[in-house]
Amino acid sequence: MPRSSASYSALFGVVWLWLLSLVPGTSVGVEIADYDLSGSVSIEGRWYPESALYPGQRDHASGFVLEPEFYIEDVKGRSFTLAPFFRYDAADPRRTHVDLREAYLLLFGEVGANEWELRLGVDQVFWGVVESQRLVDIINQVDFVEHPDGTAKLGQPMVHGTLSGDWGVLELFGLPYHRARTFPGRRGRLRLPLVIDDDNIRYESGAEEWHLDFAARYSHSFGPLDMGLSVFDGTSREPTAQPDYTSSGELNLVQYYTQIRQFGLDAQLTLGPWLFKLEAIQRAGALNLLGREEDYVATVVGGEYTRYSIFDSAADITLFAEWHYDDRGRDAPPTRSPGTFENELFVAARLAFNDVQSTEMTASFIGDLGRATHSLGIGFDRRILDNWSLHLEAIVLLGIDQQDIHYSTRRDSFIELNLSYNF
Amino acid sequence: MVTMYSVRSKSVLFTCCLALLVGLHTPLHTTAENATPEEIGLNIAREADQRAEGFGNFTARQTMVLRNKQGQESRRSLRVKVLEVEDDGDKSLFVFDEPRDVEGTAFLIHSHKLEADDQWLYLPALKRVKRISSSNRSGSFMGSEFSYEDMGAQELEKYTYRYLRDESCGELACTVSERVPTDKKSGYSRQLVWQDRDELRTWKVEYYDRKDAHLKTLTLANYEQFLDNYWYAGEMTMVNHLTGKSTDLTWTDYQFRTDLNDRDFTQTGLKRVR
Repeated sequence: MPRSSASYSALFGVVWLWLLSLVPGTSVGVEIADYDLSGSVSIEGRWYPESALYPGQRDHASGFVLEPEFYIEDVKGRSFTLAPFFRYDAADPRRTHVDLREAYLLLFGEVGANEWELRLGVDQVFWGVVESQRLVDIINQVDFVEHPDGTAKLGQPMVHGTLSGDWGVLELFGLPYHRARTFPGRRGRLRLPLVIDDDNIRYESGAEEWHLDFAARYSHSFGPLDMGLSVFDGTSREPTAQPDYTSSGELNLVQYYTQIRQFGLDAQLTLGPWLFKLEAIQRAGALNLLGREEDYVATVVGGEYTRYSIFDSAADITLFAEWHYDDRGRDAPPTRSPGTFENELFVAARLAFNDVQSTEMTASFIGDLGRATHSLGIGFDRRILDNWSLHLEAIVLLGIDQQDIHYSTRRDSFIELNLSYNF
Repeated sequence: MVTMYSVRSKSVLFTCCLALLVGLHTPLHTTAENATPEEIGLNIAREADQRAEGFGNFTARQTMVLRNKQGQESRRSLRVKVLEVEDDGDKSLFVFDEPRDVEGTAFLIHSHKLEADDQWLYLPALKRVKRISSSNRSGSFMGSEFSYEDMGAQELEKYTYRYLRDESCGELACTVSERVPTDKKSGYSRQLVWQDRDELRTWKVEYYDRKDAHLKTLTLANYEQFLDNYWYAGEMTMVNHLTGKSTDLTWTDYQFRTDLNDRDFTQTGLKRVR
């Protein structure tokens, strides 16, 4: 851990002074209390055993990922975090991308019996309790080329204020800029028959990507119950695809983002080895699969149960079950492949060996209760040396219903191997 | 298409060490006439518990070396923050530095005297705070020979006690007491505890599993006195007699009565932790 090199100290000191000069009321001569450089470098190979459906699509997605993180803190506890991201993919140039995952100044203090916190810059925010979908989570855009599960996120510029006390936690967000979702290019797998354009993005708002979005969340714990209420007003993070011709006369799909208002609820009840979970949203202003505006309600209910020290060993097993519902039914647009979450069941098991290498195995199934769309996920994680870790994963598309929009991804089952060096 | 968030770095609490470590100046008269072995055992434990009170808060660094039967080693490094809470269990925060793949992962515990503890895990890659179950008592912490139970706050109410005998431990005169966990989920049927008579510092603990086999032995060394009052061990070694594995736990950089307060032990504080 390079927490003590003089050259870093000097470099960070300069960055710090520059940053603080942006904050009114601060004087020069700031003392650095802590700084850190950490992160990971990974090499990754993904293989698609089945031949591609569309010309140009590759049978692999291989490359490397760099994720460094710089952190600096002064004696007053003010800090700045910088976390860039870079992926190189040998198959699909659109998957080769750079992002600023985090670049924010963090300030906090006390006002009476309450505490305030302010985060200024690019950051990531997680809301929610379930494992198989991000329903209430809305602050960040999905970095979809990373993984079809939609858990990777693009950095979001924001002003994020928090006030907390015995009465709970209130968070307010001002989001001045919209990030468009990333999608695979012509050579990539897990895509629609037509490629989604990444240059020409359309917005309902005249301010386009500069529309100022607002969000707020109140959360509190009541004994074993944790819950949150949230509201978001602004540009949707989920695009609708509109067919159009590019300047070179090629037919493709253009992303279109409407203005929405969403109310969200998330709750978790923790009782012994059981966790019971609920997420629900009510959204107005979104377009359905037919391209018409339709207000809707969607929920996820489920839970997890852990059995510790199974068969007198150190291993634990956790079982998960979650049910997804969307009241638009078959008109619900797919939020990620292959599911549409209008009536889907997710079940999974995770076996954690609790050994020195933190070995874990997971198996999961997600399936539509009305249509023939089902997929299986298998994962294996293990630390192989103190700084090296291995991740092995297989996504098996057991079948995709012809009526589902993701029918075009039916031959895109894959196996992925990832080797990371963590520093 | 599914990602689940690993709780691999979940718990650990080493406030254990608080109760284990404790001590003070007044010699204790544990063999008062007419007292039953149960009363004497409880008196020793209560006295030790009282002597541990009043430290306020502290921060420290922990290094663990995990060793298997063949002598292969693996390292864990973490920072600990503990806040004393009046009339309830303490609040503790653990932040992992090594292994590097779990760097920044943090674990928050609000322990309670009688009811189950509350525990939250912070996963930095997802920026997610997850409330987790606290019913894992006998599981291994981070692959070490310490279980969550060993790490958890050793509140007085969590055992019943019985004084067994006096015995010398090194140059010191010690008492040997037996304590039986009241929690049915405990992995132990009983524990034997060696404490010196002068300062009530714990020097050795033998752990017996549910089949009453001698499972593990903990030895403590390098005691240091802080704030002219509180004794904390600098070295702890846990040996598992069934597997031949052992874990050395070293405590360094103790700082007492820092500016830590309640706000550092909330979910918002957890997201801010480094």
